Amino acid sequence: MTDDIEASSRQPAEDELDQRLATLWRVESPRIIARLMRRVGDLDIAEEVAQDVFVAAIEKWRTDGVPDNPAAWLNKSAGFMAIDRIRRRDTQRGKYQLAAASERQAMEHDLDQIVDGDLADDLLGLIFMSCHPILSPDARSALTLKLVCGLSTEDVARAFLTPAPTIAQRIVRAKRTLAAAKVRFELPPESERPARLEAVREVVYLVFNEGYSATSGDQWMRGDLCAEALRLGRMLAALTPSDTETLGLLALIELQASRLRARTGPDGEPVLLLDQDRTRWDRLLIQRGLANIDRIEQLGGTVGPYALQAAIAACHARAAVADDTDWERITALYDGLARINPTPVVELNRGVATAQAFGPEAGLEIVMPLFEEPGMRDYHHLSAVAGDLLCRAGEHEQAREHFLRAAALTQNSVERTTMQNRAAQCASGHATSD
Amino acid sequence: MRYMVMHYQTQDMEDGVLPSPEQQAAIGEYMKEAAMSGVLLSGEGVQSSSKGARIEVNEGKVRVIDGPFAEAKELIAGFAILEVDSLAEAVEHARKFALLVGTERVDVRKVMEYEDLQQGSQ
Repeated sequence: MTDDIEASSRQPAEDELDQRLATLWRVESPRIIARLMRRVGDLDIAEEVAQDVFVAAIEKWRTDGVPDNPAAWLNKSAGFMAIDRIRRRDTQRGKYQLAAASERQAMEHDLDQIVDGDLADDLLGLIFMSCHPILSPDARSALTLKLVCGLSTEDVARAFLTPAPTIAQRIVRAKRTLAAAKVRFELPPESERPARLEAVREVVYLVFNEGYSATSGDQWMRGDLCAEALRLGRMLAALTPSDTETLGLLALIELQASRLRARTGPDGEPVLLLDQDRTRWDRLLIQRGLANIDRIEQLGGTVGPYALQAAIAACHARAAVADDTDWERITALYDGLARINPTPVVELNRGVATAQAFGPEAGLEIVMPLFEEPGMRDYHHLSAVAGDLLCRAGEHEQAREHFLRAAALTQNSVERTTMQNRAAQCASGHATSD
Repeated sequence: MRYMVMHYQTQDMEDGVLPSPEQQAAIGEYMKEAAMSGVLLSGEGVQSSSKGARIEVNEGKVRVIDGPFAEAKELIAGFAILEVDSLAEAVEHARKFALLVGTERVDVRKVMEYEDLQQGSQ
């Protein structure tokens, strides 16, 4: 059966049209704003023109119907409206005799400066701007989700479980900061690029982690934020295809996301990596993650912390069952990671991997000194790991003390019970390692 | 959520007529742009059915038929897997591709997820 009238050529109902434009905003607005930024040079004006374009679309499409290629219509109209806007501004300037060249608003461009460049450069420019290091991490993520992912302020607020006015404020303030610092829409020079890319990756990973180990809200992970981070990571990797750290970041979050479905038990409880049903892992994401790791190897060069963490995640992804895990390789990768990123948490993970590869005593040599690190003493996970390794080494009395300490330190009631049970097992002498 | 976007062959595609250099460039450009939007997970195109085969199963009896197959426009020419928010979003991406690649039909289908199978078994 076929419809006589094509959906796109009849007059659309009001809410149907709104829905359609909301979808088109999500898909097209990032590139429209990015292109407009190059043309008008100012973020507020670019956003304003983009909104004008969509308003014009509603008005026209309500009577004429939606065109067959609405994206093309929107992009073309944006181009015309940008030129129109600049002309009008110049005319006004002439009228009021304001236009001494030195007084020109530094952020705006002139008509003859308009050149159509590469879309990739435009998008990258928009990403660099919204992830600018002068902004706080919170401001960067909010602005990026809005501008680069095409989310509405309400969507961003929902994603961060924050009231919409707060997010709106945050975005306004971020834009003001950028304007005050005269941040221009342009690709940073080659010398600044690595640091600027690092600031972008930080935002992507922050958003991903906010979703992956939700620190707020009822659920302990939030798929919507993970999905946005993955979208951003994929964009960034497509825009900088030979940057190994960006590929590393994408591989890392895709491999971690491949386990999302297996991380929760039937009652919503967390399931640890080694206990997960690996048949539930997402094979397409694993395949993509592993392919990017191959690309990193082909590209060569120094391997950064994201690529190393991705390589560690890949060791897990390659093991069909937990027992097949290549712990020696994981240990070697953690050794490398600890050299370039020597944080106590990396050390702790290195200790765990070392214990898996070479026995609990080897792990304890790395883990026990961490109690001297400031801030680590009261980290419940450190005591839990120490308890586990001591238990496996046959030091039941010491293990018991650490389990009790972990139980006292944790905020999580499920974990507290687990720790208390393990302490009790140590006391009764029939300790098991799991 | 994921959608599989499948476009159908034209008679030209079945006849093995390759896209013109301009069209190839346009398709390449589109694929780059699709990657830049962060929604494209995977995709492939297939060759003329004369280079393929079909397996027909009738009451457990298997018959393998070598290509080509007569009904060129009923055959898939390629697919892409998109990770998007909604069917509507997948349709907007598919629409642009359809206009570009010169196909007369594109199907946009929701990918079956593990959770969907769980619901089915209950």
